[in-house]
Amino acid sequence: MINSLDPRIARENINEENNIAPLTEMDNWETYEVFHQKKRGDQHVHVGIVHAPNTEMAFLFGKEQYGRRGISVNMWVVKTSNVFASDYDDSDIFDTVPEKQYREAGGYKVMSKINKYKKENNI
Amino acid sequence: MYGNAYIDPNEKPKSIIDGEDLIKLAEFEARIARGEKIEPKDWMPREYRKQLIRMIEQHAHSEIIGALPEGTWITRAPGFKRKLALMAKVQDEVGHAQLLYSAAETLGKSREAMINDLITGKSKYSNVFNYPAYTWADACIIAWLIDAGAIINQVANAKGSYGPYGRALDRICTEESFHLKYGHDNVVTLATGTPVQRKMVQEALTRWWPPIMHFFGPSDKISNHTEILMRWKVKMATNDDMRQQFLNMYVPKIWDLGLTVPDTNLKKNEETGLWDYTEPDWDEFKRVINGGGPCNAERLAVRRMAEEKGRWVRAALLQKDEKYVTPLA
Repeated sequence: MINSLDPRIARENINEENNIAPLTEMDNWETYEVFHQKKRGDQHVHVGIVHAPNTEMAFLFGKEQYGRRGISVNMWVVKTSNVFASDYDDSDIFDTVPEKQYREAGGYKVMSKINKYKKENNI
Repeated sequence: MYGNAYIDPNEKPKSIIDGEDLIKLAEFEARIARGEKIEPKDWMPREYRKQLIRMIEQHAHSEIIGALPEGTWITRAPGFKRKLALMAKVQDEVGHAQLLYSAAETLGKSREAMINDLITGKSKYSNVFNYPAYTWADACIIAWLIDAGAIINQVANAKGSYGPYGRALDRICTEESFHLKYGHDNVVTLATGTPVQRKMVQEALTRWWPPIMHFFGPSDKISNHTEILMRWKVKMATNDDMRQQFLNMYVPKIWDLGLTVPDTNLKKNEETGLWDYTEPDWDEFKRVINGGGPCNAERLAVRRMAEEKGRWVRAALLQKDEKYVTPLA
């Protein structure tokens, strides 16, 4: 029997021998991905995972694990298996034409045209 | 199309990177050299995966076992504010274990397998937690100096190459800053208190000094793991470097309180800028880490009891058709 300094443990009469059956697969359930929003108006951001047997418990664990310092105003949990994620090996799927100026505000320079027009027409 | 599945049947295994795709290995090392992070589904050498699992898993176990010597003092904490603070700290430590188990899981070892390896004694955890917290002052010294040591280790490793471990450590370091301040506040209260309080905190420091010196591990000259871990940015500082950093930051703070460190050789060498100290007793370290310490049996027995008593609840909540998938990040 364990003879502990801690009176609570001493009272438990815990056996010193290791005679428990090992944990089996799924003993700790599946995982959920947790997202939180720090303040209204912000995007939700992924903060980590929890193991849980269902969505409600995942939310409770997520709140305890990631929201216990009062830094969240909202939280989402979603089963990991329900997330479709791209593969880093396939990151070339994000490659596109090398020149993307036409998609950016800076790609449109009108002042030079206006100035040229003004000069030519004495405006 | 991937062409690396073919293995020449005439080729014999030779070394640690044996059987690895050398092109992928070169890409992997170049990525790390550029300061980029490795993410869970990325290709990685078997040894990288193995070492990271070993390290993160041990770290997770240390958090969960480390909560036990401090948890002992929750019911006897002097005053309501300290009780609240200690409960919060112990909850944080258990939360850190969860974050770290999650990071290790992304490398392919299930949480159940890690817990099994802990409770059977196959996996190690930080050796300091095999010592008891005799008095309230011991709990204060742990909260201040053991957490200080842990922060030095974690801040260094947070800059490592494995993304999920770095993210977990960033979060942990933020939370640990309160632990350090709380521990310091408690030690200062005792050290500036009555003669009885001063005596109590001095005795606790004297008891904890050898485990604190052991905390960062043996000198890297005799540590097998270090070289490869540092090349792959798994481990970011040598054990001796971290020990020196700790001494440099905290010995002056200890002396400031008029407390005595039980090592007459301890002094800063003005020429080298490094601290001289008596070499810790590494035979004692090995004896304790291999099960011979005062609390090894108790720590594992308490952990087994928790697993065993919670089992029916976990089983009752399990939905039979659910399937485990590895977490994404």
